[in-house]
Amino acid sequence: MAGVVADPKRHLLASGHTACAGCGQAIAARIVANAAGPKTIISNATGCLEVFTTKAPQSAWRVAWIHSLFENAAAVASGIEAALRYLGRIDEVKVIAQGGDGGTADIGMGALSGMLERGHGILYVCYDNEAYMNTGVQRSGLTPLDSNTTTSPVGKRSHGNPRPKKPLLEIAVAHNIPYAASASVAYPADIERKVKKALEYKGPKFLQIHVPCPLGWRHDPSLTVEIARLAVETGLYPLVEYENGKVVSVRKVKVKPVEEYLKLQGRFRHLLKEPEVLEEVRKVAQANIEKYGLAI
Amino acid sequence: MKKFVEGSHAIAEIIAKCRPGVISAYPITPQTHIVEGLAKLIADGELDAEFINVESEHSAASVVLGASATGVRVYTATSSQGLLLMAEVLFNIAGMRLPVVLTCANRAVSAPINIWNDHQDSMTVRDSGWIQFYAENIQEAIDLHVIAYKVAEDKRISLPALVGIDGYVLTHAFEVVDMPEEDQVQSFLPPLDPVVKLDPDDPKSMGLLGAPDVYMETRYAIAKTMEDALGVIKEASEAYSQVVGRKVGGLVEAYRVEDAEKVLVAMGSLVGTIKDVVDELREKGEKVGVLKIITYRPFPKDEIYEALKGAKYVGVVEKAVSLGADSPLFSEVASLLYKKGADAKVNSFTVGLGGRDISPAQIRQIFQEVEKDEGESRFIGLNEKLLEA
Repeated sequence: MAGVVADPKRHLLASGHTACAGCGQAIAARIVANAAGPKTIISNATGCLEVFTTKAPQSAWRVAWIHSLFENAAAVASGIEAALRYLGRIDEVKVIAQGGDGGTADIGMGALSGMLERGHGILYVCYDNEAYMNTGVQRSGLTPLDSNTTTSPVGKRSHGNPRPKKPLLEIAVAHNIPYAASASVAYPADIERKVKKALEYKGPKFLQIHVPCPLGWRHDPSLTVEIARLAVETGLYPLVEYENGKVVSVRKVKVKPVEEYLKLQGRFRHLLKEPEVLEEVRKVAQANIEKYGLAI
Repeated sequence: MKKFVEGSHAIAEIIAKCRPGVISAYPITPQTHIVEGLAKLIADGELDAEFINVESEHSAASVVLGASATGVRVYTATSSQGLLLMAEVLFNIAGMRLPVVLTCANRAVSAPINIWNDHQDSMTVRDSGWIQFYAENIQEAIDLHVIAYKVAEDKRISLPALVGIDGYVLTHAFEVVDMPEEDQVQSFLPPLDPVVKLDPDDPKSMGLLGAPDVYMETRYAIAKTMEDALGVIKEASEAYSQVVGRKVGGLVEAYRVEDAEKVLVAMGSLVGTIKDVVDELREKGEKVGVLKIITYRPFPKDEIYEALKGAKYVGVVEKAVSLGADSPLFSEVASLLYKKGADAKVNSFTVGLGGRDISPAQIRQIFQEVEKDEGESRFIGLNEKLLEA
């Protein structure tokens, strides 16, 4: 299977870490590391990924890896990249910065923007599981409309998160970077291809990967890949690829109703009883379908 | 080589001679001339380094963290709010044992916004695991940066170091200094050879999660290393003094304290003013002296006690406060003297906050008031009219 090295002993994110069963981020992070290869240095933001892979004295990483803080993975990576340039090793070593949706689109937004604007040769990967999962499912800027989180709870006066997702991919693209794309853990070969393609470009690259969180989304751990695929097939998570500001590829889908995606997840269950609210979510999907021409 | 130079440009010149590979900074008054100087040296091809202009001090500190972790000598400079914005990263740099060197052009903190000198900024990060030096004059500022790199990068230490230089008073003043030659600095400061670094050929993980079963030992290790740093700072200062043929650095400077009954304790440029007043009062036969603390972290307890043990009255004069408690340097000096069973009465004087001028007359006043046992921190130089309003 694409993105998966045949011999598990050669995985650059080794097994034996402490991620939950069905963790989408753990799968995606392994595909990213394997696709980048051993000549890579990773700067990792604080979050689940850092916690479940590096409880001292153990580490699951077989590549050079550093964790500093929540909001500064892009800035730490900028320093690594600058050091490699100084050492004359920039053509030989790849630099990846990675974090979750909160660490990227909220608290780390300034550092990310700075990294993109300065033109560092870094691939930034955002593992988007649509809330602050490490701290217990609080709402982030990438939490979707009407999602029920612990800080956007459903109640008499609330349908859940009142705002749609921040357009992070478009914000990255607006920095005039050579490559930006969205991906999904449901499509490992696509992730692998995008990582490899991104790393061929000089300058800053951005990749946002949709990764279900069974605990936070409240779904059966065996459904991670299926749910991720339904997000794409309903139009709620379009997979697109930008090169130099232009859309160069879109994953076309035979569009399915959003209910098929929503009904499998506890965070959206309330919507199925509220047709008017459900209509708002349908509009989000429809807007994506029209914007990118997703429908086959 | 003797030259007449602005403090900030002197810092830029000595940093360039230390050959950092990555410099990152965000502009804040009064730090700007230092990093402008370095940017120009790089632009002119006189320094081979990457200069990373970042979007915040938080990122400036993070960039040098990442570059240092990759095994390259690094430098950053900031002031005041910038240092406070860096604070989170500063603790992280120390916890990761990275030998980053930072100049803090010391400035007051907001509110009210104030761009002038005091020591409240770097005092707030005194517990972060950074070595802290304070310079009395531009010459000392130059020398302390070289010593800072030497000690920070020493494999026995591997901790970051901050050099505090008084904003405007030193950054924007001109002074005749002895600027060491590049080969002198290079011979003293060999290329960085870090304990661990990020290298794909030998992949290591840095910055792991430290659960309750390991965290406390990491803090203990830094505390013990800080104690070791006292010896290493002395050693480095002596070695560098040999190189430049002047006595430089060290932990403290005891000025005319041998038979002194009254000794003031201070840090930074303020010491120069106190020395003048000491000379003047000595001429009148008064037994007075001043103890300059050069190395504030690690806190050189033995040297401070040695200098103060014979005094009857000790006055700690500082450009910092701990709002709601005794001022920081006073607390530490008083605690030390109490523990050692010294006889001296210790009093606390807060001066010069937000750049308020400190005059020789105020120092004379402090030498008089140091005998009074008021027990509370005293603010010297307050405008009573403003207080009534």
